[in-house]
Amino acid sequence: MATDIAASPPPPDARPPASAADPPALPLRVWRHYLFVKVRKSVVVVFVVANVTFFLARAMPGDPIDVMAGRLTQGGMSMAEARVIATNSLAFDPDAPLWAQWWDFFVGLVTLDLGNTITRPAVGVAEAIAAYLPWTLFSIGVGTVVSIVLGLSLGMVMAYRRNRFLDHALSVAASVLGAVPNYLIAMLLVVGGGLYLGWFDPVALRGTVSPGVAPGFTLEFVGDAFYHAGLPILTYVLAIVGTWMLVMKASTTEVLSEDYVTVARARGLRDGRIAIAYVGRNAVLPLVAQIAISFGTLVGGAVFVERVLVYKGVGGLLLDAVNYRDYPLLQGLLIVVTACVVVANLVADLLYSRLDPRISDQGAATP
Amino acid sequence: MTATTAPAAGVWGSIWQGLTRSTSGFLGLCLVLSVLLFSFVGPLLVDTHNPTDVGLIWGPTNAEHWLGTNHEGKDTFVQLVLGGREPIWVGVAAALITVAIAVVLGGIAGYVRGRVDHLLLQLTDITMTIPFIVLMLVIASFYRTASPLMVAFIIGLVTWPYLMRSIRAQVLSLREREFIEAARLQDLGTARILFVEVLPNMAGYVFINFIIAITNAIYAVVGMYLLGLLPSTADNWGLMIQQAWDNNAFLLPTAIPFLLAPMVMIMLFQIGLVTMSRSLEQALNPRLRDR
Repeated sequence: MATDIAASPPPPDARPPASAADPPALPLRVWRHYLFVKVRKSVVVVFVVANVTFFLARAMPGDPIDVMAGRLTQGGMSMAEARVIATNSLAFDPDAPLWAQWWDFFVGLVTLDLGNTITRPAVGVAEAIAAYLPWTLFSIGVGTVVSIVLGLSLGMVMAYRRNRFLDHALSVAASVLGAVPNYLIAMLLVVGGGLYLGWFDPVALRGTVSPGVAPGFTLEFVGDAFYHAGLPILTYVLAIVGTWMLVMKASTTEVLSEDYVTVARARGLRDGRIAIAYVGRNAVLPLVAQIAISFGTLVGGAVFVERVLVYKGVGGLLLDAVNYRDYPLLQGLLIVVTACVVVANLVADLLYSRLDPRISDQGAATP
Repeated sequence: MTATTAPAAGVWGSIWQGLTRSTSGFLGLCLVLSVLLFSFVGPLLVDTHNPTDVGLIWGPTNAEHWLGTNHEGKDTFVQLVLGGREPIWVGVAAALITVAIAVVLGGIAGYVRGRVDHLLLQLTDITMTIPFIVLMLVIASFYRTASPLMVAFIIGLVTWPYLMRSIRAQVLSLREREFIEAARLQDLGTARILFVEVLPNMAGYVFINFIIAITNAIYAVVGMYLLGLLPSTADNWGLMIQQAWDNNAFLLPTAIPFLLAPMVMIMLFQIGLVTMSRSLEQALNPRLRDR
């Protein structure tokens, strides 16, 4: 059902003008260009999401001061005292009217300034996100690439060996893996691989790098980063590879029954060449759009996986921002995460229209 | 994907046939039914009195405590029997809400077309771009003391866009069929044509997606428990997993059943649902049947 994003007809303004008699002026052509329409829409989406977040965050009960004062009173401090300390140590003015806060936020949005965090007043939101986001993107990115390569190849093998033992075995495996939530896969990996089989020490694997390893493009750092990211990556691969296998199998099966494959065989082309240039290419094409979507859902799933595996990515930061009511951090995170998904969608769109020129003419895929 | 060509009256019959026709579909159905029996009939059969016992923390499995005891000395098996009801019914309720929103909005967008369609598509674009877990997290923490029904609403409110898109695409193709045109010529009224003529033709497809929506909702509910975002009330599989994991209890051999038992139940239920939906898809979708 995910393919239907591409299956929707474009808005009326996405279509090229009907009469080719007099070509419209250049600015108008740019305004109506396929890519430009997509970019315009993406900007609108990010802007709306940012504003929704602003009001959603403020609608939550309790502000940052309440949360911190509440924590301080647990240590035996009186509420009045705790509030004074909280007010002094947080960069948040609870008496500022909502419209003033919104104006600050709006100016920041337009000037691309995400502001400072509330709970750690000296730290900029952009800095905080920059410290955590790369780890999430790294683990998800590697996980996505590995699972796609693996899933597409296995899916093709399954289609070629349809109804043989290998096909059935892989189908069952893919179904089971696809049905188990990713955070449960992560837990099973820790309990099974770490505790029962003793392949690794799950406690030492926590975090993104071992203490004392200096960041940089050294073998030690890169190796350590991969070592720590190993479990999250394995989790993502196992959680999504099944979907790719089944989708690719269906897609390949369809292509195999096409006339041009029969013709290619009749022409005496080598099987390897047919499999890659004819079958593979045409089977993958309809899946490109789904890659971007899978990226979006993965970012969401990372919140669970990072919590379970104690991996210091953007998921834990988001949870902290929600728990401590750090409005600027929460807004910044949602904007950045949404922007990542939007960019991934744009890249997929662009790639798709390059691979299949029909798309940019019509503005929509015809499945 | 095209809708089933079977007449509306035979949809339930073909759903039953689809489930019993293939081995995997039947196994999936059996899995789902046994988990349901365990969670909804089981509580009537066991002694639900389950006191905390400080002398029995992380007790081993034995004849008296089949799955050992937990961090409070409570019997794990009794908790397991009692813990399935909430995640399952919240999941089903959330799926009902998702499907209801998707069917109504998708039907209207696909049938009415024009400006309404355009507006609804914009809305799905925006809702779909925000990773739904992130959105759910923010909304859930805003109702931290949310009742289970509220949780179902939150999940339903953020997960409808994908299904809405595919329902809309189906309605777009259905509305061009002869029998719909005939209904339109008879001037039966938009609402009537949509809900009496168009949508029943998609009943099989909607049912498959309802099952898929349940798996998504249970993934979300259990995940929210895992993050500690939902109030800890009654016995609940999600809460059991969270308590076992956050106390690092899994490092202790006698504590493993407290973590694994609820995990296994959830996995069995999810695997059953997914297998069911796969074979139903093959049975109800003529394009897939012959492959």
